Amino acid sequence: MLPNLVKRQLPSRSMVYLSPVLAFLLSLLAGVILFIIMRVSPLAALHAFFVEPLSSAYNLSELGVKATPLVLIGVALSLGFKAGVWNIGAEGQLTIGGLCGGAVALFFYEKEGIHIIPLMLLAGVLGGMAWAAIVAFLRVKFNANEILTSLMLSYVAGLFLNFMVHGPLKDPDGFNFPESRLFSDSAIIPVILEGTRLHLGAIMALISVVLGWVILSRSLLGYQIKVAGSAPAASEHAGFSKSRIIWVTLLTGGGVAGLAGVLEVAGPIGQLLPNISPGYGFTAIIVAYVGRLHPVGALFAGLLMAVTYLGGETAQIQLNLPVAVTGVFQGLLLFFLLACDILIYYRIQFGKPALAVEKS
Amino acid sequence: MELFIPALLTIITAATPLLFAALGEMVTEKSGILNLGVEGMMVMGAITGFVIVNYTGSVTLAIGASILAGVLMAALFALLVLTFHASQVPTGLALTIFGIGLSALVGQNMIGIAYEGIPKISIPYLSDIPVIGTLLFHQDILVYISLIMVALIYLFLNKTRAGLILRAVGDSHDAAHAMGYSVMRIRLMATLFGGGMAGLGGAYLSLAYSPLWVEQMTAGRGWIALALVVFASWRTGRILFGAYLFGGISILQLHAQALGIGVPSQVMSMLPYLATILVLVITSSDQTQIRLNAPASLGRTFQPSR
Repeated sequence: MLPNLVKRQLPSRSMVYLSPVLAFLLSLLAGVILFIIMRVSPLAALHAFFVEPLSSAYNLSELGVKATPLVLIGVALSLGFKAGVWNIGAEGQLTIGGLCGGAVALFFYEKEGIHIIPLMLLAGVLGGMAWAAIVAFLRVKFNANEILTSLMLSYVAGLFLNFMVHGPLKDPDGFNFPESRLFSDSAIIPVILEGTRLHLGAIMALISVVLGWVILSRSLLGYQIKVAGSAPAASEHAGFSKSRIIWVTLLTGGGVAGLAGVLEVAGPIGQLLPNISPGYGFTAIIVAYVGRLHPVGALFAGLLMAVTYLGGETAQIQLNLPVAVTGVFQGLLLFFLLACDILIYYRIQFGKPALAVEKS
Repeated sequence: MELFIPALLTIITAATPLLFAALGEMVTEKSGILNLGVEGMMVMGAITGFVIVNYTGSVTLAIGASILAGVLMAALFALLVLTFHASQVPTGLALTIFGIGLSALVGQNMIGIAYEGIPKISIPYLSDIPVIGTLLFHQDILVYISLIMVALIYLFLNKTRAGLILRAVGDSHDAAHAMGYSVMRIRLMATLFGGGMAGLGGAYLSLAYSPLWVEQMTAGRGWIALALVVFASWRTGRILFGAYLFGGISILQLHAQALGIGVPSQVMSMLPYLATILVLVITSSDQTQIRLNAPASLGRTFQPSR
């Protein structure tokens, strides 16, 4: 007897939260199969991936370092995705933010002053916003698909950063390496835990979760965002400006991604390099989804994705596994999540269909 | 002339992967499915073809394997979108993320291996014609296939009953369903076809365009192909034109350097992406064109009421 899918009368509340858990377990299972195919002991691999990153205080702090940009951008993208605004170019906004903040840091090279870091953060936010503003402008004014424009601008941003560190911002005493000078101490984000790399950005990420939650569930803007995404016609009828929502969500996403960028270059990296992010802007898309487009969810999902980044590095060192395993695992997780989400709207029924709306 | 012919030749090689991917995506979209995973399917096609040609030495097998890789990726997408009713935009994104990761994993031992590239085929007599002989009749097999596909897809969509049904499904899945056509089966076929074509586009990249493996070697071509479909307003002839136009733009950087134009290479590399944005802006602002030509059910999930 084949299982049937029966449409639920109401979407299941509990499945909304269970589906990510189920998806994670299925991804683990798929991971085990992958490791067996690669002739790696699944136990050793799982240990490296999911136990090692959580096993010491230092590793936990590194987890925070990696989760910071993911949570920040994940929260901001959740707002946009909820409104049906598909900003998938956060990677580019992060890059421009890092570049702008880094340029400010280099401008104040070997100078002192407590104004330097705030100026850098401001430059990063404005840079990311400006990059996203292009997308918003083209979407509102010319109806150009924001998925494609934001993504194309990510490639442009990457090339622009590359050009800047090969040219104008290159370290004059750097033997022609494509790197900027190391930032002065006055331009390095303070570390909040002695002996680790965990910096002030982690606190900002936590604040972003709270702010995101307040905006989404306690403000008119949040209400408009939700209506615009789930019932566009009703939103228009209610007189909510579509253009305004596009502008607000894109500028928020861009600004926060820019902030994450400057935190990266002024935190763990400490200089400008041709490549400043291992794809945080793209992984944040998965973070937003696995977090159910909810700020608190994004916090947990961001931590989980940080585990996979850190685990990927550990597995590379201990078991000589390629770093690409992380990408595969992240992709699988999103796949399984999208598949498991069917359980929100349908339930599985074994046996004879009594009132089957649709067979699978 | 001495600079001109090599320039045109590189345009053809740069255009062919875009042409394959955009043609495939257009057929998929004509059935009402928006698959944003072109980049992922292409990159899987590229690595699969490259692995197979290095292990077997057979170009035919390699091309076949690339198609299969694209089809399998598309099948994964179809499973989620058609069977599990997952929404198409995030599923396409997932496909791209997964494809980039998996290709990097498969290709980890392939970095640094060089392949001489697939052979060119001269069509007897015709290839001896000056200028156009080398351009049109001394190409590799994939270039010929891509041009044949343009003609076949044009005929299929506009002159056959099956093509009409495909378009009907894309324009109104409810009406097509009511008329007794299997929306799911037709969309599955169109999606798999799009995957196979994206796989071919990837194969062209790793077997002919730059015969080696580099992680993420598709470099956004899958996304440019998606933009090309909008640019072409879902018309076969304009896909051909658009792909060659973009081929032209993307080789500008090579020739600008040869001519000694003092623009940084990174800025020249930005051109295809900036051009994509430009054509999107130009085509998208004309709302009537889009409304007339875009498949009306594009991107919408189909759930039959009975």
